[in-house]
Amino acid sequence: MSTAPTTRTELPSEPEAGRRKLSTAKAMVEAISQQMHTDEQVFVMGEDVGSYGGIFSSTTGLLDEFGPERVIDTPISETAFIGLGIGAAVEGMRPVIELMFVDFFGVCMDQIYNHMAKIHYESGGNVRVPMVLMSATGGGYSDGAQHSQCLWGTFAHLPGMKVVVPSNPYDAKGLMTAAIRSDDPVIYLFHKGIMGLGWMKKNQRSIGAVPTDAYEVPIGKARVAREGSDVSIVTLSLSVHHSLDVAEKLAAEGIDVEVIDLRTVVPLDREAIVASVSKTGRLIVVDEDYQSFGLSGEVIATAAEAMPGGLKHVSRVAVPDVPIPYARDLEYAVLPTPARIEAAVRKAVAR
Amino acid sequence: MTVQSALSATDRLELLRMMVLIRTFEEAILREYHADKSPGFDIGAGLVPGEMHLAAGQEPVAAGIGAHLSLGDALTATHRPHHVAIAHGVDMRKMAAEIFGRETGLGRGRGGHMHLFDPEVHFSCSGIVAEGLPPALGQAFAFQRAGTDRVAVAVAGEGAANAGAFHESLNLAALWKLPVIFVIEDNDWGISVPRSASTSVPSNAVRAAGYGIPGTRVEDNAVEDIWAAVGEAVRRARAGEGPSLIEVHTLRLWGHFEGDAQGYRGDLEGVPGRDPIPTYQKHLTDAGILDDAAFAEMGAAASTRVEDAIAFAKSSPLPDPADALKYVFTEGAQS
Ligand SMILES: Cc1ncc(C[n+]2csc(CCOP(=O)(O)OP(=O)(O)O)c2C)c(N)n1
Ligand SMILES: [Mg+2]
Repeated sequence: MSTAPTTRTELPSEPEAGRRKLSTAKAMVEAISQQMHTDEQVFVMGEDVGSYGGIFSSTTGLLDEFGPERVIDTPISETAFIGLGIGAAVEGMRPVIELMFVDFFGVCMDQIYNHMAKIHYESGGNVRVPMVLMSATGGGYSDGAQHSQCLWGTFAHLPGMKVVVPSNPYDAKGLMTAAIRSDDPVIYLFHKGIMGLGWMKKNQRSIGAVPTDAYEVPIGKARVAREGSDVSIVTLSLSVHHSLDVAEKLAAEGIDVEVIDLRTVVPLDREAIVASVSKTGRLIVVDEDYQSFGLSGEVIATAAEAMPGGLKHVSRVAVPDVPIPYARDLEYAVLPTPARIEAAVRKAVAR
Repeated sequence: MTVQSALSATDRLELLRMMVLIRTFEEAILREYHADKSPGFDIGAGLVPGEMHLAAGQEPVAAGIGAHLSLGDALTATHRPHHVAIAHGVDMRKMAAEIFGRETGLGRGRGGHMHLFDPEVHFSCSGIVAEGLPPALGQAFAFQRAGTDRVAVAVAGEGAANAGAFHESLNLAALWKLPVIFVIEDNDWGISVPRSASTSVPSNAVRAAGYGIPGTRVEDNAVEDIWAAVGEAVRRARAGEGPSLIEVHTLRLWGHFEGDAQGYRGDLEGVPGRDPIPTYQKHLTDAGILDDAAFAEMGAAASTRVEDAIAFAKSSPLPDPADALKYVFTEGAQS
């Protein structure tokens, strides 16, 4: 079993983006491919990751590049192949396992939270599980209650797994590289709406500049996506794009919105949250996950603990504890849309 | 096929009529789904958004099951549910309205095409592979406890037969002799993964032996053989003899979902020739119980019914966004 950390060459952390543009999906694939070239212990496994290239294009081209020994289609047996990933990781391999939609965690959660996440602790640090579990999240295209959830708060609640949630191509590549090289299990959640797919409505920021060489975006570090002084929006994933759109619109009216892209949920960059809110005094959490008992409450608690009595405004724009509806108008009534975010900002800065 | 003698000419025409009705419905949904998704394909756009899994080619399975069930029997289906829903007697207007996300739909637009629930005929489905099987056990359990001879049919794809829920369900149903019929639709594919790359045995029927229940495999999408196999399994279940498993080698005529380019699919060329509807039409014509006029009449009647359902759906009101939080719990659910 792998007990000692493998020596790894240092990779640059967050280099200049450069000029080459990629979709988020392509940026993810590039990271996986580079790590597969560097480390023969890395392999990819999941449903339709081979010739299909991943339902959301997270593995496109990898089969051609690395062959069926390292890019492996599985039966619909999530408990078995996620558990297999754990065992392989324990023996020193570096599996990148795809769970097609995060909504499907229900059929295989025991392997994830009772095994993948706990082995390192239960073994007193003697057994490592360096695996990546990547999965598609999010709604907005009428896929109904079982195919539209975000659920990062659920994984984050359970100790022992890191949870990363990129919002753009640059972070997608750097976080995937960091996740594969991490000696801890990492849940990597990509929103379908940021992948830059040709067959789904997307934000312009789904395609962006990405350095060619390998680099890491450090796990646990948030990013100030836009500096502002009036109100802090703390958010992640697709909601970063909506928040930036709203911030740009309101800037014309003199409302100065700061947008914090968390990028990682576990470990949460509490310093970044507190630094921003200390500056603006107003906090809005925008989260496409369910509202109660989750990330939005955690962010607010973080701010409240750091600055008791010091907040001028706190609110959240999240999915109000309801299964994601199918009909478009119902779904958009519960998603954190730009309209809801804008209304929250106006309320926050109103006197 | 000795069992065929049990099928009257009327029964046989009924099987074909049901297959035609289902195909007509799927073709209408196909038309409506793609009608307003251009330019370029946007999965979230149009009157019918979201994933769409159609069951063209799998009509024989539905017709063969439906012929043996009454409205009191239960049926659980998958992400590809329309064919068995129609054959089991789910209200076609309400089903179409649900697919169009309307307030008049089976789930008032909350569920969508993978989440159809019709309690009138004890029908349900799930978008999570294999997870429709366990609830069928519970319906069978309730029927058994109530002292009735009602049965539950659980339909799933060959891909689902590799999930834990499938194996747990077979064992439990066998252990408690529940009146359940497991029907596996082997359409050769689980999205892009061929059966040969997903399943350790050539036939799921052999897996039944591991749980001590009868297992049968029906080849060639043969509707009359399906009818016979389901008939025997339903008889057993109603007689208190416990569950059975039937696997049907059927056909996925179209993509896994709409928008699937099927680049992975090497068997595409042979697919049209395997379409079960012309095959069975010819079979009945050769047997002298069907002519072209009668077949055309079946198609026309199906069209009338399907277009009525589509028109009903399209003219129905959309749900009020203010009601988005309604129906999470029973409180406040009455309108
Ligand atoms: C637990 C789970 N894993 C994966 C999926 C994604 N998925 C939806 S349909 C499908 C293939 C199902 O194949 P099969 O059971 O043969 O049914 P078919 O689509 O061929 O009718 C997969 C992998 C899912 N919905 N649920
Ligand atoms: Mg199949």
